[in-house]
Amino acid sequence: MREMIKMVVVLTVLSAFSGGLLAAIKNGTQDQIENQQLKFVKGPAITAIFEGASNDPLADRFKLKADGREISFFVGTFDGRANAVAFESFGKGYGGELGVMVGVNLTDDKIVGVGITTHSETPGVGSRAKSEPGFAAQFKGQSIKQAFKVKLDGGQVDAVSGATFTSRGVSAALSDAGKVYQDLKPQLADKIKSFTK
Amino acid sequence: MAKTIVQEFTKGLWDEIPPFRLVLGLCPTLAVTKSVENGIGMGVAFTFVLLCSNILVSALRKVIPPKVRIACFIIIIATFVTVVELLMQAYTYKLFLQLGIFIPLIVVNCIVLGRAEAFASKKGIAASFADAMGMGIGFTLALTALAAFREILGAGTFTLGNIAGWILSLVGIGTLDLWSSPLQVFGPSFQPFQFMIEAPGAFVCLGLMLCIMNLFKK
Repeated sequence: MREMIKMVVVLTVLSAFSGGLLAAIKNGTQDQIENQQLKFVKGPAITAIFEGASNDPLADRFKLKADGREISFFVGTFDGRANAVAFESFGKGYGGELGVMVGVNLTDDKIVGVGITTHSETPGVGSRAKSEPGFAAQFKGQSIKQAFKVKLDGGQVDAVSGATFTSRGVSAALSDAGKVYQDLKPQLADKIKSFTK
Repeated sequence: MAKTIVQEFTKGLWDEIPPFRLVLGLCPTLAVTKSVENGIGMGVAFTFVLLCSNILVSALRKVIPPKVRIACFIIIIATFVTVVELLMQAYTYKLFLQLGIFIPLIVVNCIVLGRAEAFASKKGIAASFADAMGMGIGFTLALTALAAFREILGAGTFTLGNIAGWILSLVGIGTLDLWSSPLQVFGPSFQPFQFMIEAPGAFVCLGLMLCIMNLFKK
């Protein structure tokens, strides 16, 4: 019996100590981890989308709630006016979740640029959606207020050859982004004013 | 025959160097040694976990009940692995992305559990510290050697990476920029021997390394 109690006590104390330590370290590194993810995962896509912007889109950001999740919006300033936002949307690719960063101009609701952030697609097939600039470039200048579909499904999107699933995922993410954008547009327009300097 | 602290340390560097002599912990050894940077990164993460778990297991060896010792060891090891994972995510994010799943897999690395069970749970803290240092450095050296072999032949480059590059630049050899970018070993006309970078190449390289080690042993 004594042995039994000792076992329970040792395991409990050990687990509690471990939990405490991990919680403390997680708290301590949270901001730093978020910064690193911004820099290495979302950063390249955002910088590419807002090429030529006069501000630092990674620094000028705010958060809004939509569909029960918090979305980060990055602000792009062109010609001295903050008039574009970029945010991440997700779709289902061939190998799992697919993150798509999409930049939208608030003045005319048109897409400024699209970039893939995270994906687990097949290297050399689905991954070309990220590495081939032509695929993402076709969305530039299109209205965000439409449903995106690949040509095979009767839509307008040129799929990456051999990667229909991936292209569908990107299209779904964009359609979804369009919905979020239209829902939040009044708030976005309001928030973004404070970024014009 | 009791070994001295120094012997406990040096045995991990040659006599019992983990991947080659003990032939343990082969999963990360084969998988991450595509570049020297990954090899060193994995080695450092592994050494940290082994050091912390060995010291803690040794310190608690009289408290831990024998019947639940494995559970206790795994809790200790898993805690430090998660610590490493968080720290790498926060400070060496690129390396963290490259090593991926192999960082959390240190939990089930049989060298770490093996040292806890076979060594730290029976010996004092100082000896366990020396043992972990020796094993950790031996593992890092082995991974670095294997990675250098594979990277130089398979890609024609040599990437020391940020961690080792930072240490070398502190000592005054080269600069951080020089070491953290890939160095071309053979020049531009080199055709990479891609097989070495792929998984079967890892097995062949490991076999050759074992062969060389055995030659020296004789």
